[in-house]
Amino acid sequence: MIVAEGKPIAEVAKLIEDANKVLVVGCGGCVTVCLAGGEKEVGILASALRMLRKKEDKPLETVEITISRQCDPEYMEQLEKYITDDIDAVVSMACGVGVQFVAERFNKWVVPALDTKFAGGALEHGVWGERCGLCGECILYKTGGICPIIRCSKSILNGPCGGSQDGKCEIDTEVDCAWQLIYDRMKTLGKLDKLLEIEPIKDWSKSRDGGPRKVVKEDVMIK
Amino acid sequence: MSDFQPKIVAFCCYYCAYSAADLAGSMRLQYPPNIRMVELPCSGKTDIRVVLEAFENGADGVYVAGCLEGDCHFLKGNIMAKRRIKQAKKLLDEIGIGGDRLEMFNLSGSMGPRFAEVAEEMTEQIRKLGPSPLNPAYKEKKETASKEEAQ
Ligand code: SF4
Ligand code: SF4
Repeated sequence: MIVAEGKPIAEVAKLIEDANKVLVVGCGGCVTVCLAGGEKEVGILASALRMLRKKEDKPLETVEITISRQCDPEYMEQLEKYITDDIDAVVSMACGVGVQFVAERFNKWVVPALDTKFAGGALEHGVWGERCGLCGECILYKTGGICPIIRCSKSILNGPCGGSQDGKCEIDTEVDCAWQLIYDRMKTLGKLDKLLEIEPIKDWSKSRDGGPRKVVKEDVMIK
Repeated sequence: MSDFQPKIVAFCCYYCAYSAADLAGSMRLQYPPNIRMVELPCSGKTDIRVVLEAFENGADGVYVAGCLEGDCHFLKGNIMAKRRIKQAKKLLDEIGIGGDRLEMFNLSGSMGPRFAEVAEEMTEQIRKLGPSPLNPAYKEKKETASKEEAQ
């Protein structure tokens, strides 16, 4: 999932300081699961913003709505009836994708309430870790299921580097060295010989270097 | 501001604080009339939204009272409540209401006198802090203070 975290309330308040009425939109996808921008967080943020503004004698009116996904035009239609003329700004509690979809669709001032962090998963309740760098060409089959692109601080493809110490990465003694993890894992699987193959330079044009990407699946297209 | 009568909402777990309040009543113990009690099935039911709602609707202080640590009927409800209260305190600080207007207390159902004491302590604490910035009395207080200063 996409993992995100709420921006400080004061920062969000500043983004909408000129607005008298805002629509706070939650997303029922990833940000609900990582407890950053679901229905509950919408309630908390809206209430906090109202109180902050009431305290400053500039009352703020809020409308709250959470839709299934903000990254899908289909669900975006549900928002239409809430985007009324008197709404001065929309506060999106989705990841950066959702914020952009709302901004593209409606002629309104749309601001993000979250900082979008990474593609990852829950390590335990309340803790999320990064797992994928969205490189566009997955090589996990070469590394025992451990991603060197994002879990190695240097994204080394033929690791480890000289900074690997006692299983930890040189950037921080708390961070596991991804290549140590890969080595240990391949050893357990009896596939150490695979690591002897030199991994050629990665084709980064399939990643961000190729510009914004698009996936097309013609067989499911309707138009 | 000694005549200030704060409005305080106490979210009380049914298994401890709520029964303790009952006991305090049967024991004829006096505690400040500033407390408005709301029964919770467990302090683990504490929802930050509801706590904020209390402040938004004019509470000067809020507290959650749960069972003693290790004694929760649902095992960890009071520990979860404690974490949420810590988070809500941070948020109240962030928006300028003040995190010290919100507290968590732990007691058991047999602690009637402690219930009265907690009500007393909290009322005293909120009295010292004065009205919440969202309470109209806050503005009056500020205006009188600035008038006095001008004189
Ligand atoms: S190799 Fe690329 S696609 Fe696979 S997990 Fe790593 S970053 Fe993601
Ligand atoms: S120590 Fe390990 S994880 Fe850190 S940069 Fe070097 S190879 Fe990558």
